[in-house]
Amino acid sequence: MPVTLFLAVLAALSFAGFQLGRSRAVASAGGRLSSLHSVPTYHGFYVAMWVGLPALILFAVWGGLEGSIVNAMVRASLPASMTALSPQEINLIMVDVHNLAYGNISSRVADPALLAAAEHYKHLRSIGDGALAVLMLAAAGMGLQYARQRIQPGLRARNQVEKVVTVFLILCSLVAILTTVGIVLSLLFEAIRFFNKVPPLDFLFGLQWSPQTAIRADQVASDGAFGAVPLFTGTLLIATIAMAVAVPLGLMSAIYMSEYAPPRVRGTVKPILEILAGIPTVVYGFFAALTMAPFVRDVGQSLGLSVSSESALAAGVVMGVMIIPFVSSLSDDIINAVPQSLRDGSYGLGATRSETIRQVVLPAALPGIVGGILLAVSRAIGETMIVVMAAGLAANLSGNPLDAVSTVTVQIATLLVGDQEFDSAKTLSAFGLGLVLFTVTLCLNIIALRVVRKYREQYD
Amino acid sequence: MTDIISDTPKAAIYQSDDFAARLRKRYAAERRFKMYGVVAIGVALGMLAILLTSIVGQGYTAFAQHDLALEVFFDPAEIDPQGSRDPAVISNANYGALARTALQAVFPEVEQRTDRRRLTSMISNGAAFELRQMVIDDPSLIGTRKQVRIPLASDYDQVLKGNIDRTLPETSRKVTDQQIAWVDKLVANGQIVNGFNWRLFANGDSRDPELAGLKAGLVGSLLTLMVTLGLAIPIGISAAVYLEEFAPKNKLTDLIEVNINNLAAVPSIVFGLLGLAVFLNAFNMPRSAPVVGGIVLALMTLPTIIIAGRAALKAVPPSIREAALGVGASPLQVVTHHVLPLAMPGILTGVIIGMAHALGETAPLLMIGMIAFIVDTPGGFGDASTVLPVQIFMWADSPERGFVERTSAAIMVLLAFLIGMNAIAVFLRKQFERRW
Amino acid sequence: MTAHTHTGTPTRSTGSLAAGIEARAATGALAGAGNKMDAKGVKVFYGAKQALKGIDLEIPDRQVTALIGPSGCGKSTFLRCLNRMNDTIGIARVEGLITLDGQDIYDREIDPVQLRARVGMVFQKPNPFPKSIYDNIAYGPRIHGLASGRDEMDEIVAKSLQRAGLWNEVKDRLKEPGTGLSGGQQQRLCIARAVAVSPEVILMDEPCSALDPIATAHVEELIDELRENYTIVIVTHNMQQAARVSQRTAFFHLGDMVEVGDTEDIFTNPRDERTQGYITGRYG
Repeated sequence: MPVTLFLAVLAALSFAGFQLGRSRAVASAGGRLSSLHSVPTYHGFYVAMWVGLPALILFAVWGGLEGSIVNAMVRASLPASMTALSPQEINLIMVDVHNLAYGNISSRVADPALLAAAEHYKHLRSIGDGALAVLMLAAAGMGLQYARQRIQPGLRARNQVEKVVTVFLILCSLVAILTTVGIVLSLLFEAIRFFNKVPPLDFLFGLQWSPQTAIRADQVASDGAFGAVPLFTGTLLIATIAMAVAVPLGLMSAIYMSEYAPPRVRGTVKPILEILAGIPTVVYGFFAALTMAPFVRDVGQSLGLSVSSESALAAGVVMGVMIIPFVSSLSDDIINAVPQSLRDGSYGLGATRSETIRQVVLPAALPGIVGGILLAVSRAIGETMIVVMAAGLAANLSGNPLDAVSTVTVQIATLLVGDQEFDSAKTLSAFGLGLVLFTVTLCLNIIALRVVRKYREQYD
Repeated sequence: MTDIISDTPKAAIYQSDDFAARLRKRYAAERRFKMYGVVAIGVALGMLAILLTSIVGQGYTAFAQHDLALEVFFDPAEIDPQGSRDPAVISNANYGALARTALQAVFPEVEQRTDRRRLTSMISNGAAFELRQMVIDDPSLIGTRKQVRIPLASDYDQVLKGNIDRTLPETSRKVTDQQIAWVDKLVANGQIVNGFNWRLFANGDSRDPELAGLKAGLVGSLLTLMVTLGLAIPIGISAAVYLEEFAPKNKLTDLIEVNINNLAAVPSIVFGLLGLAVFLNAFNMPRSAPVVGGIVLALMTLPTIIIAGRAALKAVPPSIREAALGVGASPLQVVTHHVLPLAMPGILTGVIIGMAHALGETAPLLMIGMIAFIVDTPGGFGDASTVLPVQIFMWADSPERGFVERTSAAIMVLLAFLIGMNAIAVFLRKQFERRW
Repeated sequence: MTAHTHTGTPTRSTGSLAAGIEARAATGALAGAGNKMDAKGVKVFYGAKQALKGIDLEIPDRQVTALIGPSGCGKSTFLRCLNRMNDTIGIARVEGLITLDGQDIYDREIDPVQLRARVGMVFQKPNPFPKSIYDNIAYGPRIHGLASGRDEMDEIVAKSLQRAGLWNEVKDRLKEPGTGLSGGQQQRLCIARAVAVSPEVILMDEPCSALDPIATAHVEELIDELRENYTIVIVTHNMQQAARVSQRTAFFHLGDMVEVGDTEDIFTNPRDERTQGYITGRYG
């Protein structure tokens, strides 16, 4: 594996540079270490940095470009009969070339032209790797030479090293922004391709969702097949059920915990409740599908109701249970932030505890609690595994909790699992849905975080 | 009416019967309200108890499994007719037939073809593989008779565990009365043995429940988490240190903060879309690979780690920084020599909780193709693999009764890991809890 | 101390306050002469720590009693015993006898809710509820069911605000949040809130410590006016304030009550060295 090898060699070189830099600094000080501006270790780091960083940057840039350059070269060398094909088919051919080159099983019988292309590809790759190795060594050597020459007692090695470290710290902080940008761009890019096939209005306001009808590559998406309204209503239905379970239970537990429970009870019950938050969603999904859904169906049937075996109710209730600790710990924080003086004021007037909670503490905490609930809603909307496992794929436009409904996340997950063609409206529609999901949850989060923050500032 | 609040205070109002009656009502409301709280907590804890007991109740049986103990004759005519001992010949032989013969020897009365087929359906498909492995490991077995344990097909295992109800009418279960009678006879003969289910941990995935194991998923999870850890720790800690210790208060840092807080609440499946569109489609990274899964999970857990890291750094009192600055340390030295070591337990707690979260995450990994039928253990970061929660998801989708049991068992394994990780986090917090 | 029995108010059947006034008038003759509240040997423990070491104090009716002393001396703790606010702190334990109109307020028969309605409290920092000015005042009467209708409630609110000298400033903005008022106004709102439930005793825990001098003067004037109708106990560590507003002063030191007497006597002729040291500013 050349990546690991390259990096290991680089690390070894840097370490050597470190040792060299340190000993050279000691030597340059001539026994009087105090004459050095920075301690010898920093000189070591300084040299190591010069050895490692340029080569590493080279490696990263090369790694980013080599693949596409080699691909382009191989593609250019393909026989004319192949280059005349549509871009998608060329992509498939390239996948085959890759597979052949790496000894994987190809999806079609190897054709001599393909084999040749694969050989060509392998050849180019090995030339590339060789060139990279030489270049990296050269960069490391040049860095070493430069840094070594500069080592002298007056060198501000520490400041230089610290500057580089600071830059590294800043880059790490920027990862958060890059992630957001990456999410937005990837969703937008693919969603725009989707909206070129299906008009956004049809998508947002259409009443019928049946992506399977558009599976054939040459078929234009039929009208109404990508109307996402049933998914939105399904998502809302399940989220509403979840919130109907989570908000009262979570809020009342938080109130009991922060206002009534003696410290011992609080100390035991709280961590146990937190376990609910730590259970993976796939476990909840299994529970919803295997225990809750049959239970809901049996109870419904014994009451003479017709209940779908993938009812929104079962998924929603289990999702609600999952969200209870989320609501309760947020509410707990927020209720605790209500100043004691307000409670004292109320008790001082002769109010009972529950009167104080209901009429003073909760109204005071309301903005914060609303913020917390919005965050919980955002989580309910974005939750995937429970609904994938327990709610159906049938995108019914229904408000009945006993019916099977589908959600945005279920569709995203099922559309993108398995083999995909990145040009069919069916696959791309997942990104359209993802864009809607991201936008909605982002808005909820921003509003909620702002509300909560404002609330906290009020009592700080 | 000019003076409705009288000039004389009125003890009397508060001692009237009316007030007493009202007070009783108010206290009743108080008790009700308090009870709602108890009920809410009771319901939440009750759900947790139901969830755990239903999973343990369904899953604990999967840790033991019934095997057939048969005397198998390693027939040279079947394995190596020419006596060449050529490995290629040996590995291509029909080992299933050996097992079938051995079983039929126990039931000589079964002669009809269809009955025989029903009888031999008791032998798992895995029997042939296990016999072959035995012979490849020790070719001297050829021509000998040996008492061996081979896997029993899942349906019969389920009958013996009571998961398939034998009192049901024959038509509504998968196993016929006759087959049950055979199994019972084998049990009476002592030819069915129950033992620890090592296949659950030693095998990869399989279509046959009795052979399916978690090894591939466990190794896949391990590889994926290694990538996540390798990225999330340096990046997360660096970002936390920068934002908490060095960042000037300006638009950019505000933007970063808002971003981190928002990312912490972005649905995990969106990270999967990011991984699919950016790493797989744009960067041409391999599908189903732990490296991509690890990157996606790292991006997902970074906000958690950064937020926890900042809280831990904030908890280090400023006096420590001032003291270090006072003896001439540079700001970076203050952080690396003093603040970071003191904040480390808190940061590590955040990291472990983030990792536990990543270990349980499923949805984004589905997007990048880690939902794959993986029989062999992945050998590297670029190999196709699956992870434990996705393995659970796939098993949960399988209709066979045997997979219900195995899914629950896999969940127990996953939960055990999560409990272990959280216990470490709690231990760290307790151990290094500091009161300034 | 007058033996005071609450014979009940058979005439009162509605929430009418007038009936209450009459009843009060009937028993007033008995109560007027003695002490409104009486504390004997009051000890308070917070967990293992003893905060009060046995306080004896008589609180005469319709006078202002000031509790002074250096911070941490237990005066606020004592004040919070008088309406059982310490009950809300889990670890606090109170020993000794405190009576209101001759009745032990820590008796099982006595309900803390009822007691706190009779013994109101105003706190150090103004703590208006995050509600409208109107609802702040109406909160107490509403929970205790003091008003039988909208009109009566309006009346109570208006009267209480007039009592607290706040009416003219807020009468046009009763629907605005109480938290929007200035600090002094907020504190008077809190006094009005306490007055609205018609207490017999009002406890004030350093009510002016968060206020500027002008607002303080307002509140002090108000205290002086309220004395006509209410028994007031005020904790302060501003001695001038104690001298200005109170008739009786008790000096607390390290959980003990060192000295109590007429305010004039305490300030002009303290008997105890420690009192003298404190009021002359040698420590505090």
